Amino acid sequence: MTSSSPVVPADRADRADRADPTSPRGAGASVELRSVVKQYAGHTALNGIDLTLRPGELVAVLGPSGCGKTTALRALAGLERVTAGSILVDGVDVVDVPTHRRDVGMVFQSYSLFPHLTVRQNVEFGLRMRGVDRRGRAARSGEALDLVGLSALGERYAHQLSGGQQQRVALARALVTRPRVLLLDEPLSALDAKVRVQLRDEIRRIQHELDITTMFVTHDQEEALAIADRVAVMRDGRIEQVGTPESLYSAPQTEFVAQFVGVSNRVPGDVVGGLARVAGAELPVVGAPADGPVWVLVRPENIALADTGVAGVVEAVMFLGPVCRSTVRLANGTVLQVQHRVEERRPAGTAVHLRFEAGAVAVLPRD
Amino acid sequence: MSVALRRALLAVVGLVFLLPIVAMVEFTLRSPSGTGYGLDHWAAILDPERERSYRNLFEGVGNSLTLAVLTAALVLVLLVPTMVLVSLRYPRLMRVLEFVCIVPITVPAIVLVVGLAPVYGVVVRVAGGGTWTLALAYGVTVLPFAFRALQTDLSASNLGTLTEAARTLGASWPRVLTTVIVPTLRRGILAATFITVAVVLGEYTIASLLNRVNLQTALVQVSRSDPYAAVIFALLALLFAFTLLLLIGRVGTARAAGVPTAAPADPAASASALAAAAPPPSPTTSSKAAR
Repeated sequence: MTSSSPVVPADRADRADRADPTSPRGAGASVELRSVVKQYAGHTALNGIDLTLRPGELVAVLGPSGCGKTTALRALAGLERVTAGSILVDGVDVVDVPTHRRDVGMVFQSYSLFPHLTVRQNVEFGLRMRGVDRRGRAARSGEALDLVGLSALGERYAHQLSGGQQQRVALARALVTRPRVLLLDEPLSALDAKVRVQLRDEIRRIQHELDITTMFVTHDQEEALAIADRVAVMRDGRIEQVGTPESLYSAPQTEFVAQFVGVSNRVPGDVVGGLARVAGAELPVVGAPADGPVWVLVRPENIALADTGVAGVVEAVMFLGPVCRSTVRLANGTVLQVQHRVEERRPAGTAVHLRFEAGAVAVLPRD
Repeated sequence: MSVALRRALLAVVGLVFLLPIVAMVEFTLRSPSGTGYGLDHWAAILDPERERSYRNLFEGVGNSLTLAVLTAALVLVLLVPTMVLVSLRYPRLMRVLEFVCIVPITVPAIVLVVGLAPVYGVVVRVAGGGTWTLALAYGVTVLPFAFRALQTDLSASNLGTLTEAARTLGASWPRVLTTVIVPTLRRGILAATFITVAVVLGEYTIASLLNRVNLQTALVQVSRSDPYAAVIFALLALLFAFTLLLLIGRVGTARAAGVPTAAPADPAASASALAAAAPPPSPTTSSKAAR
């Protein structure tokens, strides 16, 4: 482990300048987690993860409960001491830097506003800790509250706000000091669906405006794909795959990623001459796999109901609003999820034919 | 339960509490001549000429108030940081801490004194025989009440996340303690303080058996020569405890209405502890008042 120096500059004037949320873009830091290991008694929460966040980038860390994503975020915040590895912020190892000197802003999953302070006082808290004078605090908290659209609620207490408003205040509080890294620990999971989407879009807008390096932890794949520049999928303390939302969706490298990110049909097939043969169809393949037996991963939207093609029987139909998803069992016993327009809906027990759309499919080796 | 039944129950319970107090007030207002009522006994307490008669009583009041302040300080300085530390860092130890803090309530005061007697032999040698040393024993006896008052606030507030939020916002541990933890637990701390004061003002057994003078021992002593003064002081002590109870209630209400907290008000727990701890009229004075 390399020696570390405080990430936060000692000069308070510098800090105060950077605390201006309306200052020009480019304040984001680069972050690098190198072989980070975190072990609790007999349990390895992080098993040597490597992850890089470029300045101004929003990386979503996605995974099921207990996969270690929150531990990774807390390690970056300094709330968990890592067992091994290093965490670099702008090239400086911060492993030994205490939390309050790491210059990170964090929004928690549970509501974390200080109940004895008003909204404005909550937002000013970080500035007070940095010795910003009263006028400076008032101006900057006002700007931060403007940023999240809550300047009218400055004198309210946390219990007088809705969940969405509380999280927006928490976001303003985390941003008002203009930290170099913003950490979001499932900030939307306690909110109802509509507010969640609104706040998600707002977070993305603000993150873009401030160009702040952001790590966003979530177990919601839709949320991760919608908000992130890149997504890191975690499983059992390891990172399974890192990539853009598009690449994760279209070219998952493991079965876990394929199943976790979106819905995927796993169909036995063979690669022959760069094409995947599956259920009588030949489909282009992502990458250049060797010939042989494979699992072909086909998204439900890449299978269509047709007059001719692979025969099957509808087992169930799920109405999803703008589309329907039917479960179809093929003659060989393979069960496929098929997404189609609502008008194409067929009742359970109806014989149908399926056609694989021409989009490239991902394949995984099959023993 | 219907409103009428509820009111009737409230009236009966109110009477049970009110009757002895009314009897005490009536007793203190009796004229020294035996006919009619007046404020003679109340005025006599403030009479400079009778100061010697009540010197012991005033000394007892002074000692009890000093002990109340010392005990409250002792309990808060030791218990609040311990409970916060256990809650944040070692939550599994909370059960153990709870057991340790609750134990004193299960031990009769007489047994406690038997155990404390040899301990106080050492205390006297080290720190002298001042009445203030009783604060050490009282610190133990008030633990169950103080623990409960703090625990209610602690378990209802999301202190772990609040602390972490403050840390990420740049607060050092001392500042987290002063700017986040103490204000968040303000209601519990106040309740623990008030309950401690009430318990200390009502304590008789330990002071008596360790041969110290406090409000209750002085009351018993003065009741032998002047039962009126004893009842008057018992009434004043009750009034003081009642005021503390009201203060706890007000703090809880203020928080619920304006200054928010994650902790729901738990006036019942505070009230029951305070009522149990409120100094009752000593057996001697109450029996005389009833006559």
